[in-house]
Amino acid sequence: MSNGGAGRHSSLPGFGLTMGLTLTWLSVIILIPLAGLFLKSFELSLDQFWGILTSRRTLSALKISFGLAFAAAIVNLVMGMIIVWALVRYRFPGRRLFDAIVDILFALPTAVAGVALTSLFAQKGWLGAPLAELGIKVAFTPLGIFVAMIFIGIPFVVRTVQPVLIDLDAEIEEAAASLGANRWHTVSKVILPSLVPALLTGFALAFARAVGEYGSVIFIAGNLPNVSEIAPLLIVIRLSEFRYADATAIAVVMLVASFLIIFAVNRLQRWAQTRIPAHWRLIK
Amino acid sequence: MIEVKNIVKKFGAFAALDHVDLKVANGELVALLGPSGSGKTTLLRIIAGLDWPDAGEVSIDGENALAHGASERHVGFVFQHYALFRHMTVFENVAFGLRVQPRAVRKDEAAIRARVKELLDLVQLDWLSSRYPSQLSGGQRQRIALARALAIEPRILLLDEPFGALDAKVRKELRQWLRSLHHEINVTSIFVTHDQEEALEVANRVVVMDKGRIVQIGTPGDVYDNPATAFVHSFIGESIVLPVEVRDGCVELGGKPLNISADGVTSGASKLFVRRHDMAVGPAGSGAFEGAVRHVRTFGPIQRAEVALSAGEGTTVIEIDAPRDRELQPGDIVSLHPRRYRIFAGQD
Amino acid sequence: MNQPQILITSAREDLRTEPRIIRVVLIAMAVTFLTVFVVLPLVVVFAQAFSKGVFAYFSALSDPEALSAIKLTLMVAAISVGLNLVFGVIAAWAIAKFDFRGKTFLISLIDLPFSVSPVISGLVFVLLFGAQGFWGPWLQANDVHILFAVPGIALATIFVTFPFVARALIPLMQEQGTQEEEAAISLGASGLQTFFRVTLPNIKWGVLYGVLLCNARAMGEFGAVSVVSGHIRGETNTMPLLVEILYNEYQFVAAFAIASLLAMLALITLVAKTILERHLDEGQLPGD
Ligand SMILES: Nc1ncnc2c1ncn2[C@@H]1O[C@H](COP(=O)(O)OP(=O)(O)OP(=O)(O)O)[C@@H](O)[C@H]1O
Ligand SMILES: [Mg+2]
Repeated sequence: MSNGGAGRHSSLPGFGLTMGLTLTWLSVIILIPLAGLFLKSFELSLDQFWGILTSRRTLSALKISFGLAFAAAIVNLVMGMIIVWALVRYRFPGRRLFDAIVDILFALPTAVAGVALTSLFAQKGWLGAPLAELGIKVAFTPLGIFVAMIFIGIPFVVRTVQPVLIDLDAEIEEAAASLGANRWHTVSKVILPSLVPALLTGFALAFARAVGEYGSVIFIAGNLPNVSEIAPLLIVIRLSEFRYADATAIAVVMLVASFLIIFAVNRLQRWAQTRIPAHWRLIK
Repeated sequence: MIEVKNIVKKFGAFAALDHVDLKVANGELVALLGPSGSGKTTLLRIIAGLDWPDAGEVSIDGENALAHGASERHVGFVFQHYALFRHMTVFENVAFGLRVQPRAVRKDEAAIRARVKELLDLVQLDWLSSRYPSQLSGGQRQRIALARALAIEPRILLLDEPFGALDAKVRKELRQWLRSLHHEINVTSIFVTHDQEEALEVANRVVVMDKGRIVQIGTPGDVYDNPATAFVHSFIGESIVLPVEVRDGCVELGGKPLNISADGVTSGASKLFVRRHDMAVGPAGSGAFEGAVRHVRTFGPIQRAEVALSAGEGTTVIEIDAPRDRELQPGDIVSLHPRRYRIFAGQD
Repeated sequence: MNQPQILITSAREDLRTEPRIIRVVLIAMAVTFLTVFVVLPLVVVFAQAFSKGVFAYFSALSDPEALSAIKLTLMVAAISVGLNLVFGVIAAWAIAKFDFRGKTFLISLIDLPFSVSPVISGLVFVLLFGAQGFWGPWLQANDVHILFAVPGIALATIFVTFPFVARALIPLMQEQGTQEEEAAISLGASGLQTFFRVTLPNIKWGVLYGVLLCNARAMGEFGAVSVVSGHIRGETNTMPLLVEILYNEYQFVAAFAIASLLAMLALITLVAKTILERHLDEGQLPGD
């Protein structure tokens, strides 16, 4: 306990120095640049701000980014749950390999993912060709954006839910089964509710990531204004036109949205911490 | 010599140490005894420089210790959970204090090796020198932690519950070992314990703490025979405790006068403390209490009897230790008289 | 595992699993999904890169533009990993070894870059240093180049990779507590001696872990760097940016050749990460 933060009161040396350096570095790299963004947005009058946001092109871009990210996060929620279930509960050839490669999605540079997905889903691509025969066009359409967003969101759901399912006490299920619940009831009434906080956290993280995603989306998107143009791309376009005000306004909206999501995730995690152990305590 | 004056240490609004004064003379081995949370560790950490008091003074050999940080105080500290460096061998752990000395006074490698060997011999663990801490037993870790602290030739040695994490048998062995070690190296030492038996057996002097204050300082015999407060009496050694009432110098139990002196207490609700073996058993009508023997167990030279005192409304059951010269039987009506006892005012 | 336990386990499995048909369907869905979204993209990168043969692949990589992009990427990664390593360790020391008010808040500030869109991470530096930015006119007057030059690229990369090292270390150091450091101090060690001889050996795998993830992101960052780079050929293009340029010019072999290097970086990172995680788990065994 360092009263008032003075290093003198702790047994270990260096608090003042390291804290000072930390705050300085944090300010220089993160806080001042972010503050600059908000400061810039204050140069706009409310009318101007509103005008930019409600222009057709901006509105479309925001709708596409948020709408498709939401839809992709829902797919991720369902598919993530299925993947986690298969990886944790079943034994099948290649299971450990499939488990390991989920992390590739975190490590693969987004530009690489972008060009790879595009060539995969292009009209002559390995998956694009068969899909084209069914009359489905993925690359260079909003569907392509959707696919890319699923791609970058899926590891967030898998990696937040997986540890929780692994830690879930076998006794819970046995207790439910011994009380006469059939398998469906056990899963839907006992297991899934215990996973809800983790699932929601994974959903929120996937959603936040997809909203801001740029690299893996722009190659496959087609980037047609009002149709397949995402908000981050519009920021880049406005910057290249030196329309800083427009870029700033869009950025502020996106930033505030992601802060809200982060706040929600934090609340979720606190909720999960208080809720799940209590739930287990009842069983044990 | 360690001198602690008027130390106050607060955590938020809570006073962990509340005006503590303590003097430890050169070569003494002092036990700091008290219940959990009484501030023992906090006091030790302040002396070592690992914590800072909000008020008060600490001096070591007449020098203001608060002017120096922990690394300059030359205080050997043995942590409750040993705090051995887990990535270093036993040898390197013990050598650490020698290796980090300023270049000007640092010993050369050969001298360091010799010194470490000497210390490992002292704690009788020379054969473990290339092991890692995770490969040692609890008692061995304890002794290595001690050797490590001694390596810097500390002016004083502080041990925080040195045997706290060990099982009863190992504790007993190490106790005697610590006392003979202290005899051998004779460094001024304070050790913390909440085991009163350990304190009485090992130390020259015992310091009893409660709720951040020192409540008594004395030799083990002193503290045991003349406890300063009701707390000390009940904390050290087992006691029979009876709620009594003092009225005009007369001691009453449940409205019945006991015919013993009030031990300086003038009036009001009080507590009577008697050691089990200080209750003399006599024929009915001869002592302060009357009671019926309920149950007797004998072991060794004594017999332990449960006696139901007939005092006022209801009965109080006490346990006494009597010599076996006169066998007690369940059902006997006996008279009990406290050979030595203490009365402290207040009911808590 | 001994006999009785196997019996118990199988009884438990019976109770805790689904009908065979459901199992097969779920496994098939998971495997198909992961194949489409992970395996195929990786395979397609290498397939495209080598589609015109090994010679074309290596000549694409030895193109001067490619070499300059590789050089720039390595340099920017070295700068940003180096700085974030030093400050990450410093921040972790302050946060994990001391108690102070507002600690959780400080940690969420450090986490901030994780939740900012890469494009915005670049944009903030354009607003500061761009021609119409806060300090743009001054920089121009004094002929200092930050935007569309290495410093800007490095700054954006540092921003994006800011949390990695600190986040890898804080939980580890909090779990290890301050006991060993206190012991070192009381044995006469100075602050630096304590850090280098006691703390650092205990966190070295964590440091490596943070550096590994930080480096993967630093080399692969696209959005933020794209905004501040200016895409000057042979000068301010990092490998991901070059992938974009070549791809947009329909030089697919060259684009995927560079991409294959980045994909290999991801694979190596993954393997190294798995190994490090094993070390980190071992480090948490009772070593007391
Ligand atoms: N860092 C701290 N922050 C807040 N309170 C503390 C801190 N350290 C100690 N305390 C409080 O100070 C009081 C004394 O603690 P201390 O550790 O000195 O007790 P102790 O006598 O050593 O107990 P034990 O026998 O259990 O080790 C306790 O009530 C404890 O809760
Ligand atoms: Mg203690």
